[in-house]
Formats: sequence, structure tokens, C-alpha cells
Amino acid sequence: MKLHEYQAKQVFADAGVPTPESQLADDVDGVVAAAEEIGYPVAVKAQVQVGGRGKAGGIKLVEDEDEAREAAESILGMDLKGYHVDRVLVEEAVDFVNELYVGITMDRGEGKPVAMVSTKGGVNIEEVAEEDPEAIAREHIDPSFGMHPYQARKAVYDAGVDQSVARDVSSVLTTLYQLWDDKDGADAEINPLMVTSDDEVIAADAVMNIDEDALFRQPELAEMEEEASGGDELEQKADEYDFDYVRLEGNVGIIGNGAGLVMTTLDLVDHYGGKPANFLDVGGGAKAARIANALDMVFSDDNVDSVVFNIFGGITRGDEVARGINEALEQFDEIPKPVVVRLAGTNWEEGMEILNEDLVTVEQTLEDAVQRAVEYAGEVEA
Amino acid sequence: MSVLVDDDTRVVVQGITGGEGKFHAEQMMEYGTNVVAGAVPGKGGQEVSGVPVYDTVHEAVEEENADTSVIFVPPAFAGDAIFESLDSDLDLAVAITEGIPTQDMARVNKRLTETDTRLIGPNCPGLITPGEAKLGILPGNIFSEGNVGLVSRSGTLTYQVVDNLTSRGIGQTTAIGIGGDPIIGTDFVDALELFEDDPDTDAIVMCGEIGGEDEEEAAAFIDDYVDTPVAGFIAGRTAPPGKRMGHAGAIVSGSGTGTAESKISALNDAGVPVGDTPEEVADHIEEFLG
Repeated sequence: MKLHEYQAKQVFADAGVPTPESQLADDVDGVVAAAEEIGYPVAVKAQVQVGGRGKAGGIKLVEDEDEAREAAESILGMDLKGYHVDRVLVEEAVDFVNELYVGITMDRGEGKPVAMVSTKGGVNIEEVAEEDPEAIAREHIDPSFGMHPYQARKAVYDAGVDQSVARDVSSVLTTLYQLWDDKDGADAEINPLMVTSDDEVIAADAVMNIDEDALFRQPELAEMEEEASGGDELEQKADEYDFDYVRLEGNVGIIGNGAGLVMTTLDLVDHYGGKPANFLDVGGGAKAARIANALDMVFSDDNVDSVVFNIFGGITRGDEVARGINEALEQFDEIPKPVVVRLAGTNWEEGMEILNEDLVTVEQTLEDAVQRAVEYAGEVEA
Repeated sequence: MSVLVDDDTRVVVQGITGGEGKFHAEQMMEYGTNVVAGAVPGKGGQEVSGVPVYDTVHEAVEEENADTSVIFVPPAFAGDAIFESLDSDLDLAVAITEGIPTQDMARVNKRLTETDTRLIGPNCPGLITPGEAKLGILPGNIFSEGNVGLVSRSGTLTYQVVDNLTSRGIGQTTAIGIGGDPIIGTDFVDALELFEDDPDTDAIVMCGEIGGEDEEEAAAFIDDYVDTPVAGFIAGRTAPPGKRMGHAGAIVSGSGTGTAESKISALNDAGVPVGDTPEEVADHIEEFLG
């Protein structure tokens, strides 16, 4: 779960990380009022969960009321990489001389948290990582001890941070690790961490991703989740149904159990000349109602022309799957899109007996099921 | 023959009084697994399906000589349950639980380096030596005895590939689901090493997926140490660049790795053919076995 910038900034500020003065606004007058209170110049920043907001026109620096109105009008309501902007953060514009990057994440290869510091902040840090990996200092942390103060200092000095701010940057990094650890962070980043001409550091952006699996012990953050979620209508629906779902460009709807098997089904659709419309994993042990929800989900995507159901039961049972498919399809006078079903594994024979074969096409193998669904879907409309 | 598990393995099921724990303990016993105990705090003295339940894993080890645990404990408590297994000097701990917080697993991972216990999982289907024993939730009936070792990050994909093998009469020595979480115990390299050292394993299937660099590391290991022929499969070639991938993660690994292309080309460079479909993986194995 990714927090919005304004939420992450609040969390960071509460922990003692210096952040610019800011206010959230959702209409033009609100933006102007906030800017007057903070004092010009201010930055007007779209609050949506996508990177590259600046380049896409979602962040504007304004000097006076006219410019503030203009920026608010152009940003509020805009479509930013598929996300509707309905709120902006109005923020004190910081006069800086340098931009740093600091971040904490889990290094899955090492199985340990890692702290990262770079003097090449303020830019696309992923590009820096690829083109000039030496420009990012990395320090692995033993999770049972936490970050020792010397480790924060080491990362800061290894990165070549100027002596005049090294102590403050170390302190920000230590605080960031503590937050990451306390809040079950997946990533916690500040890019850029601005350095002012007075040698002060201030977090001009804030990124905080929370481990979804740990939300049960982070009630305050779980409350933020509703505000933080967003995205398009289908993705919101997937959130409500609690599916792992990704919308894609094609027209073959795909439902399966287990991420690896669903991805394999996508790959086979492509292999046989079709285009996947989505990735939908119902997870392990899905009962009939959940299966029906999955079909409802995929049917509500207008781009879908056919659906393939690929279930290999282990913990999931074929009879439950069949009941769910029947339940979802029997409510229609006419099935909106052809559905191909392939059931294997636990209780597949019971499932085949229950499944209403007047409503679906049954195939025995994965290959046959995918080819049939691709055939039904036909060409993708341009 | 087998690696890691056989019909002498003495299993304690952590969480045996829960719905999943009870159901799968019974399924395991039905398959022939030697389940000797359950461990559930506060339920000591009870019996589940004829199996004695203890409050702690330590007791199960003392009283029943358990040497292996299978963990069906809810995510909030599963990290602690794994620690308990590691601190009970078991040979093997298999964590089925899905959704354990990653930070808990980082601490477990640290502990693993200090003990002799091998961990499989979490978020995995377990492992099976066909005809002898299974640990976890794999559907026993699709497996058959034979000479192919299988290691996979994905549960249901394991079933799919095994189905393709078994339907051609190709059986398995042991199939190991290592789990798809960011932090796991036994990884590809560990499993490949076990199969390489097993005289009864004549070919190996390795099923990977996008994300992380485990497959690339496995390819390097195969190149250097593995003589047994290996066929691969990588799920997610058509998956879009992950919306879920937080960007700090991408900085750690650089964005050139972790893709299906990088994994497939690493495996190909190590002499491992990678099938476009599960059927093609079975084709390669058939060729290896002649």
C-alpha cells in the first residue's frame, strides 16, 4: 500500500523529519487561500500515485495569485497517466542549493534491509542506479539490531555528502529507518532531500510504501489506506473484492489461481496469438462466491471479448469453482462473453459434474483452453 | 529415492487444531506421511485425528522425536512459529503460511544463519516424495514415482508442470515448492545442489517467474556445478513492468535484471533450455531421459 505524498509527509514530519509547510486543497479557491497563508512562491502538486508527476504537468511552481489559479485549474481534474487528480498539495517552495536522495528498502537478494544515500538526488534515481550504481551508497542493516548510528554516518560519508550537512542527513536517515521498521515499510524514500543555502535539509518529496501483509498491526496506516487507494474503476473494484488484479491492453480475460499459473496463462495467450486483457489471481482456497466475483470483475471490463478460467486445485477445490461459475452465469439470460473453463487438481471431477456446460466451453488441457479463448476473442480492435 | 523427506520423516504439525492444519494433517497421513505430533499453544493434551497435541514444539521433539515441522499458523503468528521450529533443533521446517510480514521474515532469515535447521517457504505448497511422504498442501494424486527432481517458486505452476510430466509417464524423485515471497529459506541453488547430489535424480525441472534475481543466480550455479540436465520455465514473459514494484526495490537490483528475458537468457547461457509452454518443458525432459 502506497501512501499519498501528503500522508507520507505527515508521517515523516511527526517523526521529526524536516518538511516544508504545506496544505491540502481540492478546489481553486482552496489552493489560493493555502498559498496566501503559506506565502509565495509555492508549489502546487497533484496527489496521485504515479511517478514523473512534474514532467506530466502535475507539479507547478507559482509566484502569485494569478499563477496559482491557473495552476490549480489546469491540475485539478486533469488525467495524469490514467489517474484523476482531485486533490493538490500546496507547498512552500524551498530555495535549495543541492538535492540528495535517501531511502530504505528490503534487499530481497540479501534478505536484509538496506539504507541508500546519493548526492544525485532530484532526478530519476532508477536511472542513476542503472547508469552509475557507484553514485548510490548502500549499507545493509541487521534487522534484529536495527541501524547503528555509525551505519547511517558511513552511508552518508560513502555517498560523498558535504561535511556541513552530514550530521543532519545521518539523522534523517536514522529517523527514516526507525519509521520504516516501526511502520512495516516496504520502501521509505525522500527524493529530493533538499539542502538550503543555510545548510538545512528539508524533505521536498516523501514516498512510503507499507507492507500490505503487515497492515493488521498498523491500524493508523490501515485507516489511511482508503484515502490512499485510487486508480481506475476496475482496480478499485479489485481492491474491494481483494483480488490481485492488473488491467492490460488486450481482449482475453484471464482468471486463475496462483500468481505463477496465472502468469503462465497470460504467456500462453500471447504464445497462441492473443492478447491478455488482465491478470486476475483469485488466490488459494477460493470459495464459490469469490469465483463469481472474479467473473463479475472481468465481465465489467468492456475490452474483454472472451474469458479463460484456469484452475489447478491444490487447496482450491474444483467443486467450489464450478459452483461459483454457475452462480455467476445463471443470472444472465444471455452470457455476455464466451467463457472457457479448464479445471484440474483437487475435486476436478466433482467440479465437472456440477458445472453447467450449457453456459461454458470446457477444455481438458491448459493449451486447448487458451487456444479456444483466443479463437473466441478474435482480433483486438484497434 | 528422495531428497529431504521420506517415510521415516517424523513430522510435527504446528497449528494442527486449525481448519487448514487439521485438514492437511489428515491428507498428509492419508498419503503415508509419518505425522507424530501437533503443536498448538494452549491445546496440549488434546488429540487431533489420533495425533497427540503438545503446547510447544520442544515438547513434541522430546516426547515424539519429531525432526520436521509443517507450519499452518496464521500470518500474524507464523514468524514466531518458524522461530520456534528453528530453536527446537529440527532438521527441516516447512512454512505453508501465506502473507507473513516481510520484516518478520528478515528476522527469521537472520536466525536461519545461526541454526542448522533448513527452512522451506513460507508461502509455499511444501514438498513431496511420491509414494513416500508429502509435507504441505500439494495434491498427492497428480505426482508419480520416478527420476525427475522439480523445484518451483509457484505452487499451482508446480502442479501444472507435474501434470504434464506424469501424463507422459515421467515420475518425480522429489518436488519442492520453495515459495514466491521476497524472503524465503531454501532457494533454487540449495534445491539444485540437493538434486545434483541425489544419485536417483536424472533430470531437473526448475520453474521460476519474473522478479528478484534468484533464477539468474541459479543459472550461474548450474553453469559451474550441475551436471544433471536441467530444463526451465519462466512465468511472466508477457507481464507488464510491475505496477507493484516499489521503486526503491528497483534501485537495489538495477532494472536490467529480474525480467523474464534476463532470466531466460541467463538459463540458456548455462545450457538450460527454457520451454515456452509447460508442454515444451516436458518435451525437454523427455529428450534428456532418452
